Amino acid sequence: MTKKGFKIVVLAKQVPDTRNVGKDAMKADGTVNRAALPAIFNPEDLNALEQALSIKDRYAGTTITILTMGPGRAAEIIREGMYRGADDGVLLTDRKFAGSDTLATSYAISLAVKKLNPDIVIAGRQAIDGDTAQVGPQVAEKMNLPQITYAEEILAIDKGKAVIKRRLERGFEVVSCPMPLVITVNASAPECRSRNAKFVMKFKHAKTVTELQESTSDYMELQSRAYLRIPEWGVADINADDKDLGLSGSPTKVKKIENVVFQAKESKRLSAADADIESLMKELISNHTIG
Amino acid sequence: MNNIIVYCEIEDGHVVDVSLELLTKGRSLANQLGCKLEALAIGHDIKGIEKQLFPYGADIVHVADDKRLAPYQTLPHTSIVIGVIRDEQPQIALFGATSVGRDLAPRVSSALHSGLTADCTSLEIGEHTENKTGKEYKNLLYQIRPAFGGNIIATIINPDHRPQMATVREGVMKKEIYKVDHAGEVRNADLAKYLNDDDFVLSFLDRQIEKRKIDIKNSSIIVAGGYGVGSKENFNLLFQLAEVLGGEVGASRAAVDAGFAEHARQVGQTGVTVRPKLYIACGISGQIQHTAGMDQSAMIISINNDPNAPINALADYSIVGDIGEVVPKMIKYYKQNSK
Repeated sequence: MTKKGFKIVVLAKQVPDTRNVGKDAMKADGTVNRAALPAIFNPEDLNALEQALSIKDRYAGTTITILTMGPGRAAEIIREGMYRGADDGVLLTDRKFAGSDTLATSYAISLAVKKLNPDIVIAGRQAIDGDTAQVGPQVAEKMNLPQITYAEEILAIDKGKAVIKRRLERGFEVVSCPMPLVITVNASAPECRSRNAKFVMKFKHAKTVTELQESTSDYMELQSRAYLRIPEWGVADINADDKDLGLSGSPTKVKKIENVVFQAKESKRLSAADADIESLMKELISNHTIG
Repeated sequence: MNNIIVYCEIEDGHVVDVSLELLTKGRSLANQLGCKLEALAIGHDIKGIEKQLFPYGADIVHVADDKRLAPYQTLPHTSIVIGVIRDEQPQIALFGATSVGRDLAPRVSSALHSGLTADCTSLEIGEHTENKTGKEYKNLLYQIRPAFGGNIIATIINPDHRPQMATVREGVMKKEIYKVDHAGEVRNADLAKYLNDDDFVLSFLDRQIEKRKIDIKNSSIIVAGGYGVGSKENFNLLFQLAEVLGGEVGASRAAVDAGFAEHARQVGQTGVTVRPKLYIACGISGQIQHTAGMDQSAMIISINNDPNAPINALADYSIVGDIGEVVPKMIKYYKQNSK
């Protein structure tokens, strides 16, 4: 039996760029002004997209759908994915998703993935705003699918199985796993290719209904072209149970948030005396720099 | 009273450090809560593994020994962990934040619908009062972790779901023998009950585990030495400080050229660029070629004999003094003041 290509869903997240928190993103009290951080395509999700694109290169007929959960503006990363070669995308968005921890998030995403019914789900290992690496495995569990984490390369797909190289802490392994399956991709995997000018032209007017309502200029043109419509799915579209979403669906609660206060660069001079070294170590421990 | 359970990773017949560190932490939490500490060891040819676990305070060791259980694969290990947790009903379950633990723990937490906090840097017992209902909780596990790229520290709790699950990275907790002759009970896990046939869907085509490589780029703490450190022997002091703080050792080009350190540790224009949370520059003058590779560090401490070394302009703290005097004091006062 030969099947024409594979149906791939790439899970992607729009995240604040926490990697380079510069002075502009600092409030006067030394804490981070999250609103000032640029919103970006989560880096490892781009590695995941590249793996999907490389399957599409090798197996004609493969389609790639970007699935993201977030506020309306997260449609930006669906377009970004399309500029690089994804076929379409779905924005999972609903006020009832707000406050979800990884488990409630995974529940919603797994329902959306079920509706899309792919052969392969590929996600980044973790997102840089939380660094939990939980959503991939939890989506796999909720769908009762096997998971292959820390993938560095999808080597081949043959006879219903994917052959995948996994990066481990001190080495690697190559495993073969039946489809459908969930794969999470490491930052050590190849970087994502850049935008393709042809796809930018084709998809630059791709918009969600909400975005269309906000700007009416190309409304008429878009009515006629189905590929320029980015679907928005809410709770009703995925038949989710309200109690499993948001705060009520989240076993973990945030009890307290402490902002790490960065001090201005002002050199403090210390001597080698015991008292100086001891107070320095105490300070480093208390502000969580060490320990 | 519900117990605490630690998933123990085994490599070549040895329990890995992070699992022993978690047993040490688990033991002190168990003493505080007045419950027992359980360990779960899954692998192949691990008869007698309990001898490595009892001294770290385990009261009960669950053993799952089967040739299909090594090397680690997600589904069978998940099934056993879920089965043991359902039977034992622990209040807390701890996993190493390793490539195994970070693959396994989320899958287990999803199946049990219990919350999981990744990469905790501290675990404490505390109370909680629910704002809306006024409901009071005693003896919750405070799971404390940095988030948002290290810009915030969050305390996470799981008030209503058990077990309270957390992963912790290697080197974050201390490993300490509890009692050399601490005795406990061994229980063989009921594999026929826990495992399913379709847990074994993977086949391994290749597997190579290399020796630990030097990788200073991913270290959040770097203790770096320059030519001013003086000798390869003096670099051992930096290694000691790095080990105590859970960091890596870096070096300037001059130190590498002098043969004090390997090239893989070189920071700067012709080495690697690093952005750690803490960079301790020992005997480094601060040439631009070096500082270009580390000036984005969140905090810089310089230790130098020369009060006018250029590195001091970049440093948050500059200690004027001898490496041989200052570094041992840093180790001493860190050990005295850390939890």
